[in-house]
Amino acid sequence: MNILVCISKAPDTTTKISFTDGDTKFNEDGVQFIVNPYDEWYALVRALELKEAQSGKVTIVSVGGADYEPIMRKALAIGADDAVRIDAQPTDAYQVAAEISNYAKDKGFDLIIAGKETIDYNGSQVAGMIAAIMDLPYVSNAISLEVDGATATLERDKQGGTEVLSASTPLVISAAKGMAEQRIPNMRGIMAARTKPLQVVPASGADTLTETVSYELPPAKGDVKLIDPENMEELVNLLHNEAKVI
Amino acid sequence: MNVLVFADSENGKVSKAAFEASTYGAKIAADNGGSATLLTYGNLNEEALNELASYGITNILHSSSISEMDPMQLARLTAAAADSKQCDVIIFSHDYTGKSVAPIVAAKLQAGLVTGAIDYPSTGDDFVVKTNVFSGKAFANVKINTAKKVLTLLPNSVSKQKQEASANVEAFSADAGAASVQVKEFKAEGGDGINLTEAELVVSAGRGLKGPENWGMIEDLAKELGAATACSRPVSDIGWRPHHEHVGQTGIAIRPNLYIAAGISGAIQHLAGVNGSKVIVVINTDPEAPFFKAADYGVVGDAFEVVPRLIEAVKSFKAAQA
Ligand SMILES: Cc1cc2nc3c(=O)[nH]c(=O)nc-3n(C[C@H](O)[C@H](O)[C@H](O)COP(=O)(O)OP(=O)(O)OC[C@H]3O[C@@H](n4cnc5c(N)ncnc54)[C@H](O)[C@@H]3O)c2cc1C
Repeated sequence: MNILVCISKAPDTTTKISFTDGDTKFNEDGVQFIVNPYDEWYALVRALELKEAQSGKVTIVSVGGADYEPIMRKALAIGADDAVRIDAQPTDAYQVAAEISNYAKDKGFDLIIAGKETIDYNGSQVAGMIAAIMDLPYVSNAISLEVDGATATLERDKQGGTEVLSASTPLVISAAKGMAEQRIPNMRGIMAARTKPLQVVPASGADTLTETVSYELPPAKGDVKLIDPENMEELVNLLHNEAKVI
Repeated sequence: MNVLVFADSENGKVSKAAFEASTYGAKIAADNGGSATLLTYGNLNEEALNELASYGITNILHSSSISEMDPMQLARLTAAAADSKQCDVIIFSHDYTGKSVAPIVAAKLQAGLVTGAIDYPSTGDDFVVKTNVFSGKAFANVKINTAKKVLTLLPNSVSKQKQEASANVEAFSADAGAASVQVKEFKAEGGDGINLTEAELVVSAGRGLKGPENWGMIEDLAKELGAATACSRPVSDIGWRPHHEHVGQTGIAIRPNLYIAAGISGAIQHLAGVNGSKVIVVINTDPEAPFFKAADYGVVGDAFEVVPRLIEAVKSFKAAQA
């Protein structure tokens, strides 16, 4: 089974967010970048488990500049077999999805898996767009995945519960919590990753359809009002009369 | 500019998010001299359809041939509906169905997509929408550069507005193609059915509660308030609570009117998912807990004493209101 896993770069979760250039650009100064957790913990690890159980190959793909390579090496250290970097600055989800689709269209992948969203733009867009462009079935927010021959059985999150469903491969999936457990790369993996193939391919020049014109930070909170722990009537009173939320 | 609103339903019931999306879509249409059409599918009785009709919508298209959430079929249906009513803007709720179907529709129509919108688009020459980014740590104003536009609206971002006018309901069918997924079984979450992303009040607890056996008081407080329950990530990771209750940067982002957090330290990744809440109450034994900096009301105390007292206070408040 050949699996393509889409890997995005994201700021570490402890990053204090700020902007530059008149609030038009994310301030990358001193920011530590990681593999987007949903791509790493769930999409990549489940792909590796399936490959280990059934043989095949796991390829990772990113749309990004050379600054993407450290996080791609991390994904190789966790166990991916090879990596492809499509050389373009990612600016919107449609462009990223179109570039990945263009790369993947004649490679015969059985599964294309991405995380359910990135923790920076939280778009939940790329996987669904790939499915649309490649005209493949799509299962979003999948929390489990088994593959038997050309049939995949999945569970997905839905309003009010989870749903069990099946679809045939080739198939596009967005992965959510529950699909696998995070894997910490070991020394052997890190050494091996240095020599695994990381191919750079030119972009096809896909269109962008949206642009971010500015960013804002949420207004600062005022001081917390402390309530006597013995006096919860006072808290209820404030929530009703002052905050007007109950 | 005509607007199409996609409304999901569950077991014949329409969610609050669909009424918010209708209110939102109707206002965008009205502001731009157009009308709003609503598309829905599955088993919906007349009562549910009539309710959908009262949020500023002009036409309701109801497709009864599709009943499962098959994203490919629903995307084709949506594109056909948008085409039949000449809609340039398509609105989904930012829920599981919307997140699944909207990107497909957008890519098929080559329409710019903004997910998780939290406000109405700007009314000038440019179509700019404000959305949550960095899991709620910031907002981005995103401009859509295409004539056709697709948006998903984050629940609890606009308040639904019921109106007198009632829409005309039409049966709608289109070639949605073959089924791309086969749904075998739905497993309901159980509980009292208050959906966490839509809930106006949320009671949440963390590792400070020491064990799953102590969640009774959290559930009781939630029940008294009519709130949904949530938890911090470690609590769901160790299996004290189900995954779908995990809020934060790697869980779900919520923006209720009231978020009560007991025994949660307020790590940056937790705050990311909840700091869009209008009012935050923090109950923690440690006065230095970082959560107090993000709170409106703070109680420095032991949750095992404070929460039962709060339950009693809410009961007396409700009795006095009745
Ligand atoms: C990549 C990454 C992503 C993450 N994503 C998330 C996320 O999405 N959501 C999330 O929640 N976390 C996330 N985390 C984890 C986060 O950093 C914190 O570890 C976590 O939120 C802490 O959970 P907690 O507050 O329940 O537990 P703790 O940090 O252990 O805090 C327990 C709190 O309870 C208080 N307490 C103890 N006893 C009592 C009592 N009797 N009464 C009242 N208070 C009491 C303590 O003073 C303490 O403040 C993430 C971490 C990483 C590295």
